[in-house]
Amino acid sequence: MASVVLRNGLVVHPDGAEIADVLIVDGRIAAVGRDAGVDPPSGCRVIDATGCWVGPGFVDLHTHLREPGDEAAETIASGARAAAVGGFTAVLAMPNTEPALDNVALVTYVLDQGSRAVIDVAVAGAITMSRAGERLAPLAELAALGVRLFTDDGVGVQNAAVMRRALRYARPLGVRLAQHCEDAALAADGSMNEGALSSRLGLVGRPSIAEEVMVARDLVLVRSTGAPLHFLHVSTARSLDLIVRARAEGLPVSCEVAPHHFTLDESACATYDANFKVNPPLRSSEDVEAIRRALRGGDVDAVATDHAPHAPQRKDLPFDEAPAGVLGLEHAASLTYEALGAVGSDPQRFFAVLSRNPATIAQLRRRDARPRHGAHGGAVEVGDDGNLVVFDPSERWVARREGLQSRASNSPYLGRALVGRVRCTVVNGAVVVDEGGLT
Amino acid sequence: MIESIRGRSLMSLHDLSRAALVEILDTAESFVEVHRRTVKKVPALKGRVVASLFFEESTRTRLSFETAAKRLSADVLSLAVASSSVKKGESLRDTIATIDALGIDAVVLRHRSSGAAEQVSRYVPHVRVINAGDGLHQHPTQGLLDAFTIRQVLAQRRGVNAVETGSTVFEGLRVLIVGDVMHSRVARSDIDAYVALGAQVRVAAPGTLLPMDIDAWPVEVVGDFEDAIEWADVIGLLRLQHERGAGSFVPSLSEFTAIYGLTASRARRLRPETLIMHPGPINRGVELDSTVADLPAAIIERQVSNGVPIRMAVLYLTVAASPSEVV
Repeated sequence: MASVVLRNGLVVHPDGAEIADVLIVDGRIAAVGRDAGVDPPSGCRVIDATGCWVGPGFVDLHTHLREPGDEAAETIASGARAAAVGGFTAVLAMPNTEPALDNVALVTYVLDQGSRAVIDVAVAGAITMSRAGERLAPLAELAALGVRLFTDDGVGVQNAAVMRRALRYARPLGVRLAQHCEDAALAADGSMNEGALSSRLGLVGRPSIAEEVMVARDLVLVRSTGAPLHFLHVSTARSLDLIVRARAEGLPVSCEVAPHHFTLDESACATYDANFKVNPPLRSSEDVEAIRRALRGGDVDAVATDHAPHAPQRKDLPFDEAPAGVLGLEHAASLTYEALGAVGSDPQRFFAVLSRNPATIAQLRRRDARPRHGAHGGAVEVGDDGNLVVFDPSERWVARREGLQSRASNSPYLGRALVGRVRCTVVNGAVVVDEGGLT
Repeated sequence: MIESIRGRSLMSLHDLSRAALVEILDTAESFVEVHRRTVKKVPALKGRVVASLFFEESTRTRLSFETAAKRLSADVLSLAVASSSVKKGESLRDTIATIDALGIDAVVLRHRSSGAAEQVSRYVPHVRVINAGDGLHQHPTQGLLDAFTIRQVLAQRRGVNAVETGSTVFEGLRVLIVGDVMHSRVARSDIDAYVALGAQVRVAAPGTLLPMDIDAWPVEVVGDFEDAIEWADVIGLLRLQHERGAGSFVPSLSEFTAIYGLTASRARRLRPETLIMHPGPINRGVELDSTVADLPAAIIERQVSNGVPIRMAVLYLTVAASPSEVV
C-alpha cells in the first residue's frame, strides 16, 4: 500500500485549524491527528510540514492549456506541471482552444490527455458553437461527459437573447455558465484600461464600463431565469458592487478574481511591455484596492489564475498588436497570500478562495462523485481523496523565468519578490511536487 | 523633467523642460543658414549612420528626416517597408536587430503602434531612437517644428532675432487647436510644447473627438469654434484621421466641416495677424477650406520646410552631442 504522511503541519479545516499529521494511504486520507503519523506503515513517505499550512489542493477555475491548437504556447502536460508546482491539484481547461471545445470528440480528447497529466484536468465547455455567440453548443451531451461549467471565455456572449436561452437551457442540467464580461462594442480594439494614462500613452482604452454593462445585463438575465452564473475575472469596483448586491438579493451568482487584477494596476502598462496586457485590462489603483478588500472580506468566491500562455514571439510585439493574457498558475498562491495580508493572512480564507470555493463552483467536491477525477477542496478529513498541498508561509523567493514549468514565459512577475511558497503537492495520494519542485 | 536631449533618445515632448525645448529651437535656427548655402552640408555627423524606418506611410516626415541626416553628412540607411522582409512577417525586434548588426548610431522610427519607439529603444539601448510618430501617442519633431515656425514668424514680424527671443514670444500666446484631438499624436506633442513654452492653449472639437481625460489636460475646452476664432493668435488645425476610423465619431464629414472646419466664411472673421497651421496632409474641404489653405496667413509650407532644420537639430543633439558637450 502506497502511503504518505504530512507531519506536524497546521492542518486547515473549513472551520478551524490544528497542528496535526495527515496520513494518506492508497490515495485517500486514512488518518488526521496529533499522532497520526507517529507510526507510519512501512515504506511510507514522510514529509515534514512543520511551520507549513496543510490544506486541500488548489483548484483553478480558469486555465488556458492551449491544447489543441497552440501547443507552442502550452500543452495539457506542461500546463499541468505548472499547475502542480503552483499547488493546484485540479484545473478547469478553458474551451477557447483551436478549434473550440464545443463537441464530445474534443472534450473527450482533452479529458484523455488530462488523465495522463500530473494533476486532474477537468474541462469547461463552450456555451456556443465555435464560441461565436450564436448557436448553443451541446451542453447536455458535454454534461454527460462530466462538464459542469460552460463559458465562451476570451469573449462574452454578446447577444442577450442567446445568453438568456443558454441560461434557461443550462438550469435543469445542473450545470453553471460562466461569463467573460466585456461588451465587445465598448471594449472594441482597446488594449489597456481607458483613462488618463491610456490617453497619454496613445493606447486605445478598454473602458471599465465595457465590463460593468455586461455584468449588469447578466444579473438581469439571472434574475429572470433563476439559472446560476459565475463571473470570470472581475476587475472593477463597480462590477464587484453589482455582484455583491445581487448575491445579497439571493441571486445564484459567484465570482472570481485573478491575481494580476489584485496585484498590478494600469501603471504597469506605461513601458508598453505586452507582458502587462490582459483582458479585462489592469485597472486603476482604486479598482485594485477594491478587489483586495473584497478578497479579504469574503465578497469574492475564488481566486482564479486566467493562466494564458503565449509563445514569446507573439508577446514580443507592439502593445496594441500583442495578444492579451499572462501566466498565472505558478505564482497565484504566493500572490494571494500576499494580498490576504501575508503574515496576517487567515488560512481559512486562503484555502476557501484557492480550493474549497472553486471546487464547489466546478462541482469537484467529494459529494459530486466525478467519474474521471478525484475529489478536491475537501475538509481534510478521513475518507477524502488525497489531494493536498503543503504551503510554507515563511519562504521568501523571487519569481524567475528559469524556474517556470510553463512552456511560455509571459509572466508579469519575473523578478518580483514573493512571500510564501508551495512546498509540496499531493495528487490522488501521489507526491508530485516536493521541496517546491516536480518529483 | 528632461533638461536637454543631448545624447538621449527622443520619444515624447511630454517630459521636456522649457530649456530643453528652447535649446532644440535655437540649434535648429543655426541650421537654417545651411539651407541657404550652395553646398547644403555640414560635417557634424560625418561617419555616423542613421537608419530611417518608416512602418507607416509618410511623405514629408520621412523626406525631411533623411534630408536632415544627409545635410549633417550622416550615412542614411533607409528601410522601405513595402520591399523589406517585414512584409514576409519579420518581427519588429528582428528587423531592428538586422539593422543594428550593420552598425548604426540612430534610428528614426515611424510606426502605427503607440510605444513602438520605446520598445525599439529597449531592443537597442546603445542606439539613439528618435520617434517620428507612434500611433496616437506622440510626434515630437512635429511639435518642435510647429513651435519653431511660430517663433520664427513672430520674431520676423517684430524684426528681432528668433534665438534672442528665447521663449518670450510664447508668453501668453493664444493657441487654438481644432479638430480630431483624440486620434492626434500631433495634438499631444503640440500641446506639450506650447504649454511648456508658456502659451495658453484652447481646444475645440466634437465631444467624441476629445480625449477621455481632457479635463486633466492643461488646456481649456471651448464649446464653440466660432467663439474662439477672434481670440486666437494661432489656429492649429488637425487632420480628421479617417484611417483611424475618426469618420464614425461624427455624423458626417459635412457636419464636421460645418461646425469645426475652417471654412472661407469663418476665415473672414480671423484677425489678419492670426496664423493658420496644419501638420498635413490636409483634407482640403474637410477641416480646412482650399482657399483658406492658400492664404498668406496659412504658414503650412513653412512648417514643411522647417522640418529639415528641426530634424537636423534633433539628430545633432541626440547623436553628436554628448551630455557634457557645449555647442
